Amino acid sequence: MAMATDVPKDSFRLSMLVYDTRYRSYTIQIVVLLLFAMAVAWLLNNTAQNLAARGKEFNFAFLWQRAGYDIGQQLIPYTNDSTHFRALLVGLINTLVVAFWGCIFATILGVIVGVLRLSHNWLISRMMTVYVETFRNIPLLLWILLSYVILSETTPQPRDFRVTDEMAAAGEAPAASMIFFDTVAVTNRGTNVPAPLFERGLGSVDLGFVTLNLTLLAALAVVAGSFWVNHRLVAAARAQQEATGVRPATWWKSILILFGPFIALMAALGFHLEVPELKGFNFTGGILVAHSFTALLIALTLYTAAFIAEIVRAGIQAISRGQSEAAFALGLRPNRTTRLIILPQALRVIIPPLISQYLNLTKNTSLGIAVSYLDLRGTLGGISLNQTGRELECMLLMMLIYLTISLIISAAMNLYNRSVQLKAR
Amino acid sequence: MAEAAKMQVSDEVAIQITGMNKWYGQFHVLRDINMTVMRGERIVICGPSGSGKSTLIRCINRLEEHQQGQIIVDGTELTNDLKNIDKVRSEVGMVFQHFNLFPHLTILENLTLAPIWVRKVPKKEAEETAMYFLSKVKIPEQAHKYPGQLSGGQQQRVAIARSLCMKPRIMLFDEPTSALDPEMIKEVLDTMIQLAQEGMTMLCVTHEMGFAQAVANRVIFMDQGQIVEQNAPKEFFSNPQSERTKLFLSQILGH
Ligand SMILES: Nc1ncnc2c1ncn2[C@@H]1O[C@H](COP(=O)(O)OP(=O)(O)OP(=O)(O)O)[C@@H](O)[C@H]1O
Ligand SMILES: [Mg+2]
Repeated sequence: MAMATDVPKDSFRLSMLVYDTRYRSYTIQIVVLLLFAMAVAWLLNNTAQNLAARGKEFNFAFLWQRAGYDIGQQLIPYTNDSTHFRALLVGLINTLVVAFWGCIFATILGVIVGVLRLSHNWLISRMMTVYVETFRNIPLLLWILLSYVILSETTPQPRDFRVTDEMAAAGEAPAASMIFFDTVAVTNRGTNVPAPLFERGLGSVDLGFVTLNLTLLAALAVVAGSFWVNHRLVAAARAQQEATGVRPATWWKSILILFGPFIALMAALGFHLEVPELKGFNFTGGILVAHSFTALLIALTLYTAAFIAEIVRAGIQAISRGQSEAAFALGLRPNRTTRLIILPQALRVIIPPLISQYLNLTKNTSLGIAVSYLDLRGTLGGISLNQTGRELECMLLMMLIYLTISLIISAAMNLYNRSVQLKAR
Repeated sequence: MAEAAKMQVSDEVAIQITGMNKWYGQFHVLRDINMTVMRGERIVICGPSGSGKSTLIRCINRLEEHQQGQIIVDGTELTNDLKNIDKVRSEVGMVFQHFNLFPHLTILENLTLAPIWVRKVPKKEAEETAMYFLSKVKIPEQAHKYPGQLSGGQQQRVAIARSLCMKPRIMLFDEPTSALDPEMIKEVLDTMIQLAQEGMTMLCVTHEMGFAQAVANRVIFMDQGQIVEQNAPKEFFSNPQSERTKLFLSQILGH
């Protein structure tokens, strides 16, 4: 031990930068960094010169000019009089909405398919294999186009839903009918779904460029509060189990805590659904969801779920049968075994590749351009770019935004990942 | 031998198997098994690979289901009734060839998991019991490590301690030493011998004939799903009855 420090240090020679393991890696890193900086500088310089030669300058002022185009799906107020920046925000929200629901649905479907693929039922496991292989091996773009074509070409026109007096008298059914207890109508123009309405909504406050919907905020606060209380309840149950050995039953309390306040809030605000209705030749009321959104969401979900299914299958198979056998031999029931033994180990294998699937799905939303879904790529990187001619600015800004979203997702998931990984091996 | 004599066998029946048959699909793994184990007996089961030894002892805690006949463990018949299965499993401990420790839990958590969730023991008490059994298998200092940080022999001793924490009345061992290096086999066998001396009812699939001679009061030889021969170890080794037993013994004792 002591010897290492007693050895006199070699005097530094220049050749040690290359041949000494202590310095070698630094040398290499510095050289690479220099080369990279030179390449970037050359690119920037070249671009700036080219722009100057064409009389353009690098400038983001166009963001505050009038956009002048309409966006079908807008979750924040927007008209064609709004700015390009506002259009960017609308597009960004559209990207996030489809990515969010895509991740959720793909996870649910992927987990189900992954588990079923391991089923002992030959037919079921084969069907799941066919699904996974079909979706994994055909480009996503084709799935998006196919979903869109099916939705817009094979669905009935709104007037097909009509029941005329003669038909009613003859007891005939209309050519098309609504689904989900007559609340949803799929037509060739889009999907009419019920709209949530509040009789006594809390209104909203305007904070300059964003308006806060107080009703939504209140609902979120109540849900967050419920989860927190439930978390405390579970912690108390665990403490009691540690002290007395008996774990108090918490499931009905959990259900009450998680759903009670939310239902109460909804009742207090006078929540009700406005079901779309056929008036004349078209549906009114409710919300019209464009097929571009539905097609993109369906294709992204089905495509990504195929990959997630494989990840889940691998995760479960990575855990040897000996683990559940040992738990059974100790007297643990299958549900406890899954929760205490299988799941904690499977999650460790599943989460890292799941993160990259979420990132893929989020980036793949930009393929929505194929069905004119106006997301970030369609607004900032599409119409705004074409109208203003600011290709470089738009592209860089768009890349920066996608990068930011991806980094946020990956940071959040890595945080979760760290909580399930082994502390020691 | 002298030690084996010291150990008491009571006249209380621990396990009763009558006319038991088991199939894997078309394959008849266990044929007409009849077997009675008294409390305090130490039974060694041996036989060629694929003869159904593992399957037989796995039927005793219902890791495998039998299709015909009767298995009664401690007065509880094994049927599809979940309550009976739970009852038997909480009284029968099992040690596996590949240890099957839970890698995501510390040694202490491995030992307290089942007492806490199945026996509903307070955590502190479960931890005290766990430390007691860890001391018994001579590795109390490893309590806060993870299984992956232990040697094979240590892991198998943890696995034995994990079963003991449930205070079982019967212990099943499925080749507990065959995944271990020679120098670790002894530490595990010593633990098992100690357990036998304390009067535990044990069924042990093993090819450690030294262990059989030291502690077993009966050796059962299986071949092709049948119990071919059973006898006290002395007679079994010195005077095997069937040709198959002779062949088997010449093979394993030969090298
Ligand atoms: N799940 C299963 N499905 C079908 N056949 C099986 C299954 N498990 C075991 N078998 C077959 O049953 C027979 C008995 O297996 P078992 O594991 O009981 O043998 P064993 O005596 O323990 O052998 P070994 O000494 O190699 O452990 C073998 O022929 C094996 O191939
Ligand atoms: Mg075996």
